[in-house]
Amino acid sequence: MGSTPYNELFLEPGVARPHYARYTEWLSDQPADRLAQKRAEADALFHRVGITFAVYGQEEGSERLIPFDIVPRVLPLEEWIRLDSGLKQRVRALNAFIHDIYHDQQILKAGVIPAEQVLCNAQYRPEMQGVDVPGGIYAHIAGIDIVRDDAGEFRVLEDNLRVPSGVSYMLENRKMMMRLFPELFSAHRVAPVDHYPDLLLENLRSVAPTGVADPTVVLLTAGAHNSAYFEHAFLAQQMGIELVEGQDLFVRDEAVFMRTTLGPRRVDVIYRRIDDDFLDPLVFRPDSMLGVPGLLTAYRAGRITIANAIGTGVADDKSIYPYVPDMIRFYLGQSPVIGNVHTWMLRREDDREYVLAHLPELVVKEVHGAGGYGMLIGPASTKAEIEAFRRQIIATPERYIAQPTLALSTCPTFAGESLVPRHIDLRPFVLSGKEVSIVPGGLTRVALRAGSLVVNSSQGGGTKDTWVLEA
Amino acid sequence: MLSRTADHLYWMSRYIERAESQARLVDAHYRMSLLPHTVETLAQSLNSTLRALRMEEAYRERHAATVPRSVFEFVSLDRDFAGSIFNCLKAARENARAVRGSLTSELWETMNSTWLEARSIAARRAGQSDIGQFVEWVKERSHLTRGVIIGTMLRDEAFHFTRIGTFLERGDSTARILTAHQNDLVPGADAGVVPDPFAWSVLLRALSAFEVYRRVYRDVITPSKVAELLILRDDMPRSLLRCSKELYSNLKSVANGQSGETERRAGEMHAMLHFARMQEITRNGLPAFLAHYLESLRDLGDRVASDFLVPPAEA
Repeated sequence: MGSTPYNELFLEPGVARPHYARYTEWLSDQPADRLAQKRAEADALFHRVGITFAVYGQEEGSERLIPFDIVPRVLPLEEWIRLDSGLKQRVRALNAFIHDIYHDQQILKAGVIPAEQVLCNAQYRPEMQGVDVPGGIYAHIAGIDIVRDDAGEFRVLEDNLRVPSGVSYMLENRKMMMRLFPELFSAHRVAPVDHYPDLLLENLRSVAPTGVADPTVVLLTAGAHNSAYFEHAFLAQQMGIELVEGQDLFVRDEAVFMRTTLGPRRVDVIYRRIDDDFLDPLVFRPDSMLGVPGLLTAYRAGRITIANAIGTGVADDKSIYPYVPDMIRFYLGQSPVIGNVHTWMLRREDDREYVLAHLPELVVKEVHGAGGYGMLIGPASTKAEIEAFRRQIIATPERYIAQPTLALSTCPTFAGESLVPRHIDLRPFVLSGKEVSIVPGGLTRVALRAGSLVVNSSQGGGTKDTWVLEA
Repeated sequence: MLSRTADHLYWMSRYIERAESQARLVDAHYRMSLLPHTVETLAQSLNSTLRALRMEEAYRERHAATVPRSVFEFVSLDRDFAGSIFNCLKAARENARAVRGSLTSELWETMNSTWLEARSIAARRAGQSDIGQFVEWVKERSHLTRGVIIGTMLRDEAFHFTRIGTFLERGDSTARILTAHQNDLVPGADAGVVPDPFAWSVLLRALSAFEVYRRVYRDVITPSKVAELLILRDDMPRSLLRCSKELYSNLKSVANGQSGETERRAGEMHAMLHFARMQEITRNGLPAFLAHYLESLRDLGDRVASDFLVPPAEA
């Protein structure tokens, strides 16, 4: 605390970092009214194209835009090369870990991770024990949240291995920037991202059940009322595959079919965008209307690939997160390229003692929480809030972890007419199939409220285009 | 393609077509309301139109008397009436949104911006409004949508189901408008009784047929020619024959293992209209003919649903 956040654009006041030099020069030439007009244009376009996320419980206004900021987040090539190798390394280790715990559990036997941490985890799926999945890949699509600390170091804040979202905004933001400011793209060599849907489809086809020559891939959505529906529809369209709901699929003789106007058609790979709990009402939540009865039987018989696999949640749980660097050493014999954020595990007595004594300066998170809910940001909380959290921690310490309050790096962002520093993070999307691949960059999320560290769109976050400069 | 996708496409185009048909009807009556000495004819025409569109009951729940202004408002922008143009546009857009990935982006953007604009028009107008302008706009948006469908969609199943929705709805709409005016189309009207020029102009305008009539017949307007134009002319885009022909050919393009009987019935309807003569139709009674036609269309709609759109479980 008290440290100055790393500024992504300025080296010192008035002096841009080299990879932002040309951009700031361009920006200073832009009349304020042109920028204002471009921002209004972006808003109108996003509305017309319907790039929205659904907000529950509001009539007619129930689709909202995620605010888009026109100042790009720029990464120089050398930083990206390092991120790229660190991300691939991390996701390889995570996939090896998931495979291991559903098979021999060597990492538990070696005592690297306490067995009860894994086996008693609510996200551990005993149904997956001994099930072989194509290529041993579980997290086919991973969204790894990266932040930059005050020393300028990148760190992983969180791994998202279940149904990570946001990639459509990465693609649409780029399209929007190219439409609004084409001149910027002739002045910079920005690494392209628009081949992501091709890579994703290729990746999904590469993990089809063995023996399927020309696999049929579908995207399974919860439907038009789901908050990420735009992304589901967008990706299905870009890949040219069917966007299905649970009601469109059925299982017969351990194989999955979709109902079409020409009768049943076999499905080989399901890119699912609904949680494990809803996939198969016969096995998981019986009240789920979103899933497909019998899906797990077909899955265990190896007749269908589900991406991401069932049971990946055990690896992105916040109580497992502290062990990811150990996984990298254990499975790959390498030292981690990108480190974690230091994490205290409150089920450990020493850690708990320290954290309880320093609550006002720390961030405390629920291990199963997501989306910026269920957390305490010490420096931004009242005494009463801190005391309430203290009681919860003492009652159920195993439900919490704590981290230092990070001074997330900032990037200039428009607030009205003026540019102000706002905290940002980065979510690159890592694809694993026959190979591991990443399109350069990812989704940059920005906390639009002054001082806020919460970048989630459900909590008032916005997004920026992310550039990796090739030269 | 997915049955559910076909279902949404079918309803998307039905709702757009319905919005346009209603906009035409409002437009024709609205023009009539601007002419002097039409109060009684106008009220009569509005009443029979409300009846033919099966909107009479819903209208009476809200308004006691047939006041043109109230009818226009009711049909166009009443948010609480599921059949209003406003709600048709909303339903069209919701169906489009449910399958937006299967639409071309041009088509999705057209559907979406139509709805966004309709919503802001409805919000803007507090009392003082220009109905004429609104229905003009609805017609333009429908023309645009159709143009985008024809100009951007691959000629695959998605296209054919969209067209099936369009022509089922259009045939239904033409038949209902004819039903509203069936008393003006009786054979005796040719001789003796002076045809009501207002009724004709409403009928013809509501089907974009006013100028077409002049062009085709180069003659004064007579009931039997009007009926022939709107029922039996193959080159008239809104005639019953034309709609049946398009319906039949689009159904043939999507045929599956169980749709044989549906296709046969559509072919039968088309053949019947193709070889029909006006004298015969009027001799057997136009109202009965129209009622039979509407019933056959309803049957085809049900059969399309069970053959393609909502197949029984495990089918």
